[in-house]
Amino acid sequence: MAKAVSLISGGLDSLLATRVVMDQGVHVEGINFFTGFCVEGHTHAIRKRHEDRPKRNNALWVAETLGIKLHIIDIVDEYKNILLNPKHGYGANMNPCLDCKIFMVHKAQEWIEKNGFDFIITGEVVGQRPMSQRKDTMPVVARESGAADRLLRPLCAKNLPATLAEREGWIKREAMHDFSGRNRKPQMALAAHYGFVDYASPAGGCCFLTDENYSKKLVDLWQARGKRDYEMDDIMLLKVGRHIRPRPHFKLIVGREEGENNFLQGYAKIYTSLKTTSHPGPLVLLDGVANDDDLLLAARITARFSQGKSAEKVIVETRRDNGEEKILEVAPLPPSELKEEWHV
Amino acid sequence: MSHHQLDARRLLCPMPVIRTQNKVNELKPGDVLEVICTDPGALNDIPAWCRINGHKVLETKKKNNEVIVVIQVNHS
Ligand code: SF4
Repeated sequence: MAKAVSLISGGLDSLLATRVVMDQGVHVEGINFFTGFCVEGHTHAIRKRHEDRPKRNNALWVAETLGIKLHIIDIVDEYKNILLNPKHGYGANMNPCLDCKIFMVHKAQEWIEKNGFDFIITGEVVGQRPMSQRKDTMPVVARESGAADRLLRPLCAKNLPATLAEREGWIKREAMHDFSGRNRKPQMALAAHYGFVDYASPAGGCCFLTDENYSKKLVDLWQARGKRDYEMDDIMLLKVGRHIRPRPHFKLIVGREEGENNFLQGYAKIYTSLKTTSHPGPLVLLDGVANDDDLLLAARITARFSQGKSAEKVIVETRRDNGEEKILEVAPLPPSELKEEWHV
Repeated sequence: MSHHQLDARRLLCPMPVIRTQNKVNELKPGDVLEVICTDPGALNDIPAWCRINGHKVLETKKKNNEVIVVIQVNHS
């Protein structure tokens, strides 16, 4: 029996592509890559208001729906180089989709060599995504990943030259599809045919890098630090809270609700943190360096986001990252002084 | 058969699942692994991962702010 590994993102396309190949009697296992920027999980875990919705990991859900094994691979460290130096550049935001796809297929190629599998499946569709899924870029993925014709795209294979899986007779061309473009109707019809309901349909892309606001925060972080780099904590914190940069050398991360405040609490010992004590208010982290004037401004902004925003005086407890604690009594910053351009 | 522990506290999903997977891959059939997490999502994700990969969940429990999942390894 031929064996294939399928790139499972958690979305509909990879679910369908995998099923098409399984129907041909091929043994399929799933592979899912964690870059640190994946939309999966985190935000739901952090934000309290999502608590009513049962949280699930969509890649695991897809694997369970299909009845296949799933291997989740941590590529956080290696991914840094892809994001910081993408050979093929970025998409509309900070998403290096083409390099990302090449890298993931390359990792899958390494995986099949190591595990004795025959080919790789992706849910790509010609013309569906502006960068990585164009007629001219899809061959680039196959070539630069090293997978060459071990890469099969069952949802649009009829529009592409035959690959190894077809030539070897592991899978029949007629059993595959000729989807193209951004129209999602064929995928939805195929999902209905298989009886798949309740599948995830993320808007835009599979990761935060396609999100304009997230990308802006990432670029702001690089500019402020004077170097393009990040740690896991940075990319996690970019997903949380309101980000306000009143001075080039520091920004504030203001929790927007209880779940975010709890999450930020986990960082309160590593970062300088602020919290109002005279009135209920958010937990605020200060990222960067701050002198006493800066800390005072940060305290006034913290007060501005507390329930004491209209009070004359608000008491703010501050704790520097070196452990030094100070209690400040401040006037909340009036809205007119909280500049629009400070919002990252 | 031996008993093992994995500290996955302060990690957010899917990291606890990835750590569980990597640890299970080092263990022998019949071994028991107790995973301790703080992300409540692990309560769904680790059992889902076990069902998919054929491992048995012996117990799940919540203690204070921690979530504990006990797994018996079964490499099929
Ligand atoms: S959206 Fe993100 S994860 Fe998906 S291909 Fe683009 S960069 Fe990669």
